[in-house]
Order: sequence, then C-alpha cells, then structure tokens
Amino acid sequence: MSELLTPTFLTAFVASGILAGIPLLFAALGETIAEQSGVLNVGLEGMVLSGAFAGFLGTLATGDIWVGLLLGGLVGLIVSGFMVVFCVRLGLDQIVVGISIVLTAEGATSLLHGAMFGKSYPRLDAIPELKIPFLGDIPILGGSLFTQPAPVYAALVLVAIVGWIFRRTSAGLSLRAAGERPDSLDAAGVSVVTVRTIAELTCGALAGIGGAYMAIVGAGTFVPFLTNGMGFIAIVIAMLGRGRAWGPVLGALLFGMSMSLSTALQLFGIAIPVDVVQMLPFVSVMVVLVLFTRQSRLPAALGLPYLRGAR
Amino acid sequence: MDGSGPGITSDVGSPALPFAPTGSATAGGSIPAVELIGITKVFPGVIANDHINLAVMPGEVLCLLGENGAGKSTLMSILSGLYRPDEGHIRVAGKDVVIDSPRRGRDLGVGMVYQHLSLIPTLTVLENLMLGTNPGLVLKEKLARVHLEELAKTLGVAVDADAQTGSLSLGQQQHIEIIKALWKGSKVLILDEPTSMLTPQGIAELQSVLVQLKASGLAIIFITHKLHEAVAIGDRIAILRQGKVVGEIGPDVVHSLSPSQLQQRIVATMFGDEAASVADVAELRSDLGRKQATHTFSEAPLLELMDVSAPGVRGQYGISNLSLAVRGGEILGIAGVDGNGQRALAEVIAGQRKASAGEIRLAGSVINHLAVSARQRLGLRYVTDDRLGEGVVRPFAVSMNLVLKRIGDAPFWRRGAIDRTAINATARELIMQFDIRTPTEGTRIGKLSGGNIQKALLARELSFEPKVVVFNKPTHGLDVRTIAMVRERIREMAARGVATIVISTDLDELIDLSDRVAVLFEGQIAGVVENGPGAETRIGELIVGAQAA
Repeated sequence: MSELLTPTFLTAFVASGILAGIPLLFAALGETIAEQSGVLNVGLEGMVLSGAFAGFLGTLATGDIWVGLLLGGLVGLIVSGFMVVFCVRLGLDQIVVGISIVLTAEGATSLLHGAMFGKSYPRLDAIPELKIPFLGDIPILGGSLFTQPAPVYAALVLVAIVGWIFRRTSAGLSLRAAGERPDSLDAAGVSVVTVRTIAELTCGALAGIGGAYMAIVGAGTFVPFLTNGMGFIAIVIAMLGRGRAWGPVLGALLFGMSMSLSTALQLFGIAIPVDVVQMLPFVSVMVVLVLFTRQSRLPAALGLPYLRGAR
Repeated sequence: MDGSGPGITSDVGSPALPFAPTGSATAGGSIPAVELIGITKVFPGVIANDHINLAVMPGEVLCLLGENGAGKSTLMSILSGLYRPDEGHIRVAGKDVVIDSPRRGRDLGVGMVYQHLSLIPTLTVLENLMLGTNPGLVLKEKLARVHLEELAKTLGVAVDADAQTGSLSLGQQQHIEIIKALWKGSKVLILDEPTSMLTPQGIAELQSVLVQLKASGLAIIFITHKLHEAVAIGDRIAILRQGKVVGEIGPDVVHSLSPSQLQQRIVATMFGDEAASVADVAELRSDLGRKQATHTFSEAPLLELMDVSAPGVRGQYGISNLSLAVRGGEILGIAGVDGNGQRALAEVIAGQRKASAGEIRLAGSVINHLAVSARQRLGLRYVTDDRLGEGVVRPFAVSMNLVLKRIGDAPFWRRGAIDRTAINATARELIMQFDIRTPTEGTRIGKLSGGNIQKALLARELSFEPKVVVFNKPTHGLDVRTIAMVRERIREMAARGVATIVISTDLDELIDLSDRVAVLFEGQIAGVVENGPGAETRIGELIVGAQAA
C-alpha cells in the first residue's frame, strides 16, 4: 500500500476528488437555497442532468466552456420553472412533481442524445487549468487544490457570497423566514411566492451549472444518465448542511474524495471486485446518513406549499 | 425582495417616537384613527362579519368582546390586510383606504399582534424585527438596534436584541410582537386575544405596556373573550355576536360605571337582560363558577407517580424525578407555561411514552410495563390536546373514531371482522349523550367543528368505566358554551369518584376546576397549591419559576 502514497498519487487523488466534488457543490448549494426557502427540490437530479446535456452541447458547438456552463445554467433554470409553476404557485405536492421532473429529464436527454449522436460519443477538448501563484507551489495541495479550472474558484467564491446573503441581507432573512414560518413572512409584508420562486430558480440554475461542469470538465463528453444519481446525493448533502452555505463544501469534498478513491483503487488494480469499489461513494452516503441524520435540522415549513388565507 | 422606499429609510433611524403624540387626541370631535364602515365578509356557509361599523380614536383602547366564532379575528384580518372584505370600506385618519395586503396595512400605520405569535423562533429578536422592514438589501443592524431601544423604552420593557426568539418567555415574545407592530410607526395597534398564553404577571405587564402606549397617543384595538379584561382595559367596549355588533358602550359610560356595574351592563347587552345570572357565561364572568361544595376523596390514591422521569422531544422539557398522587374524586390541576413537560407527563401516564425511571401505579399496582391499550382497559384514559393529530383519524367516520381505542374488541369486532351495527348503535348513543353535533354517525369527523371533535374525544375516553382521566388542555380553542359543557363533564366525572388530572395553561380554568394545583416548571413540580383564596398569585409565582416554599 505504501507505494500508493507518493506525492504524484496524492496530487492526482485530491485533484480528481475536487473534480468529482464540484458538480455536487453547485447542486447542493442550490438545493440549500431552495430548502431554506421551504421548497424540497426533489427534481434536482433532472435539473443537473438537463444542465449537463445543454452544457455539453454548448461547449461542443462553440468550443468555449463558459458558453457551455451558461447554457447549462439556463436550461437548469428553465427546468426548475416547472417546480415553480406547479409547486410554488399552484401548491402541488413537491415530491410528486420533483420525481416526474427527474423521470422526464432522464427520458428527454437520452432521447435527444440518441437522435443527435446515435451511438457516437464526441469528446470535448481538455480544459486549461489555472494555477494560483505561490499557493500552487505547495506540495500535493499546490498541484491539486490550487491548480484547477477557473470554475472551481468561482464555485468557492459563490459559496462565500451565498453565506453572506444568508446572514447579512434582507433577502437572506426573507429566505429563512419563508422556510420556517411562511405565514409570518407574509404578515411581515413579503411575498412568500416571490421569495420561493427566486430561490427555486436560483437552485435550478446552480444545478444546471453543476451538471454542465460535470459533462464539460469532469467527463469531457455526455452519455445518457451521466449524472447517475448525483442530484439525489446533493439533496442529502444539503439536508446535512443544516442550512449553512459552507455545508455543501464539506459534503461535496467528502463524496468527491470517495469517488476519487474508488477510481484510484481500480487504477492500482487492488484485488477487490470492481462492483464493490464502485459502490464506495454510495456506501459512504449511507454511512454519513446513518451517522449524522440526527444532526440535520430542516426548516419547519420544508415541503409544505403556502397558499394565503387557505381555510 | 424588500420594496421599501427611501422615505422609510430615514424613518427607521429617526429618534422621534414612532407615533406622534397628539395632545388633543382624546378630546371629543377629533377624527378616528380607524373607522370600519359596513364591513361584510362571507365564507362558504358562514357570514363571518355582517355590516360592521366601528371606530377608534387616538389615545383610546377599544375592546372588542365576543365569543370564539363571533367574527372578531376575521374582522381584524380584514383590517390588517390578510382578507379583503366583500362589502364596506375602511377609513384611516379620515381617508378612505383599500388595505389589500399586510404590507399595505402596515404602511398605512395599522400594526397587528396575532393571537398565535408570529415571530420566527429560530431567528434572533433583531432579525425578526428586520424581517420585511429592512430598507435595502444589506441588513442595517445598527439602525435597527437603536430603533429597538427607543421602542423598548416607550413600552417600558427591557429587550435582549441578540437572544434567539424561541428561547424567550411568551410574555417577552409578545413584547417583541408589539414592538414589531409599531416598528414602522403605526398609529393603530391591534391585539388579538393577547392574554391567552400569558401568566398573571405577564398580563399585568401587558396592561402597563398598553397604558404607556395609550398615553403616547396610539389607538389600540384589544380583542378578547374575557369580560374582566375588557372591563379593566377598555375605554370603549364593542360587543360582537354572530358576526354583528350587538352593542357598543362609549368611553363616557365606561368611565362613569364601577367595574361590577359595567360587567352587568355588558352581560345584559350580550345575552339580554334576563341572562345576567345565567351560569353558562361562566367564562365571561371572572367571579362566577368557582368551585362549590368540596366532595370527599378516596383514601388511597388511584394514580401515583413515584420519581418518574421521561425524556422530552423536540426541545421541550421531559419530566425528571416527578412524584404526584391523585385520589379518587379529586381534580389535580397542572399549571405551567407550555413546553415545561406537560406533554411528557400526560404521555407517560397514558403509556405513549416510556418512563426512563420511577414507578407509575394505578390503584396500587405498577403499570410501567403495560401498553396504551392495556392501560385503557384498566380505566386509565387520556384526552389529548392534539385533537386533530393524534386525537382522531380525520377521514374516518365519527362512529369509527368513537371506538378507535377498542379496535379488535368485542362487541365491535367479532373474530377480526368489523360489526358495523354494533359500532353504529354505540356511536348513536354516545352522540346523544355527549351532544355531538354531527349530521350522522357516518360523517367524516374532520368535517366537524373543533368543539364537536372535542366532545367526541370526551365521549370516547369517558365511556367504558374510566378510573383515572388525564385531560390535556381540554378547552383550548373552544367556544364558550363547549367550554362550559366540558368543564361540567370534568366535574361530573370527579363527583363519580374518578381521579382526574387537568393540564392547562389557562390559570382561570385550573382555579375554576381543581382541588389542588401542581405547577410544572422545567420538567419538575415546582410546588403544589391548595385551591382557595390567594391561590392564583401563589401559582403565578411558581409558574415563572420562583422557588417553592
């Protein structure tokens, strides 16, 4: 085992952990925003997957990763519009609508992919990495954490911004109130529907960007069902984050690392069946769930539609 | 998300009082702060408000008196912008206005304090106050802090701006509610049943706060169903009944009569002249309906708790090392602020929660190991405060709910199959006996009113030979007549030798019913008070956590 712990290996291990974790970070951050406002966005997986496909198309057509990410975010936002219309505006069951969004997105992306590319899987060019001066020279961390494509740094800045919005702005205050006591927020003169609409659309956009990142930077291509349940893992991460913006960073890092570990173990040909190794990220989700579920504190009005004057 | 204009920005930091003291305000002939003209609101099947005319002057307290369901809360929801009236209009400071949202109401200077606190428990006091009122995107904490201090001074109370709101006492939370209602410079303050959750000390504090606010020129509308509060606080008293104003007593009359004369006058207005002596207005008459003849108790206690502990859930207190005993025929009241272990105590006795230590004895034998159904069969009954949740199965028929705790028992079940004829026969009998107003025994119980659901619960728990009954907030949220009926049933039960525990946050109720009152504080008995003269004050002291004698 000791031959594994070389600087080269560790650098690659951390780098690929971050690579796998970033889409989760975007999606879980979006989900955190939606959940704080009281919307349990079960359709997250559908938004991530649609964003992945759109992002792939955007970058394939233009060769620019930013166009891909933007397009992914836009499509994620459009898909979350269904949640807004059916759940936030009309007050339908969030779980039912969410699941149907996932199923529809899975079907639609597979169908469109099949129609457009058949059995061919075009690849995208590798993405240039941005090495941060000085920090990038630290052993192991320098080559991994501080030598990453630009969107990684953007994601971390975004976490800080969302944290600031949660704690220091009236928008953040309204958001938390919408998830705890929507009737109180309404009585305070702020529209619950508007707050939740904005939160849900933001969530959709972030999920779409996360998906696009996965396709463009992580996989470098798109295959049907690319996201493979990642949206659901992001929901779990958001729930365990107790509504704090940096919660998803920890969660995404943990799951990114366990995915990276399963890849590394396969590469080094450790004598464990491949299926068991591939299970690792999902097993770690379950272990974390069992260990920490009691600590999760969900907003009181999570998942409950709000209709004023209902009696 | 916050649409406040720049004009309001300057308002927040201004050192001036939130409402201009108008010296001549109380003099006759000035313009009412708020006027309601011909307000009508119809809900499917109910006329909640029927052409209501009301006015309140600056520096005056208007008491809106009426039973639950008289339309008080609907009226105030219209005034604060939660509902739109079907007919009629509202004038604020002499001008016709349309209040189509709570924000509009607040901008017009109408501040509302709801019956159930609307503060968000997970936010700090300051965050609650800034919610929906902060000018611009970035929270202006310093300005808000200064403004809070000013308002706290006007109210004459001390407030910790950074405390988590849920950790404050209900009285303190209500002060925050009032401050929130006045935050944007309200000229009218509406309080909906503000005393229902408070201790006697809290009520006294609220009264002094209101006197302070009145003196600064605020118009106050005080909604209550308690007559003595209206008499103590009101300058003008309006009586609402079945959606109509059936009487209004102006300030000159209010101030010229003695409190007892005023009470008689109001009772006469509410129920007609001959009704002044009717016993079923007990809830409205503070001096009536006290316990009459004391009856004899069994020698040995029927229910005993010895050093019983049980965990709390969701941040509420459990109980720890709690001992009490109730004799047959005795009514033991359990007082205390909500969340001090009431639910844990009730559930531990009923068997819904496991005791982690101690012994529970029913008529001398230990029942710790028995499940709910076994205790039920032995005559131990629990009337829950969560009527709609754990009390009934809403989509089920009334009849089915009446035998819900006897599933599988003869004669309602025979060899595993339901015997509907037997169930319906028993149900019809209980419906008659307990005066449950339902179209048929097959009606879904969720369609009944709260009062009738409570009657059904009583019917279920008090039939089939009860020995010990635990009532948790038995009259909470019910109308006056049902309250009177429920209390009568409780007294009847005790008179027949049943050991009774009444858990309530309504001190008047406990004084009215109990032989002894034990006060629950942080999961322990803070003290036991024999009911009698002066008991109320003593209990009040124990409730807020003063040391037991």
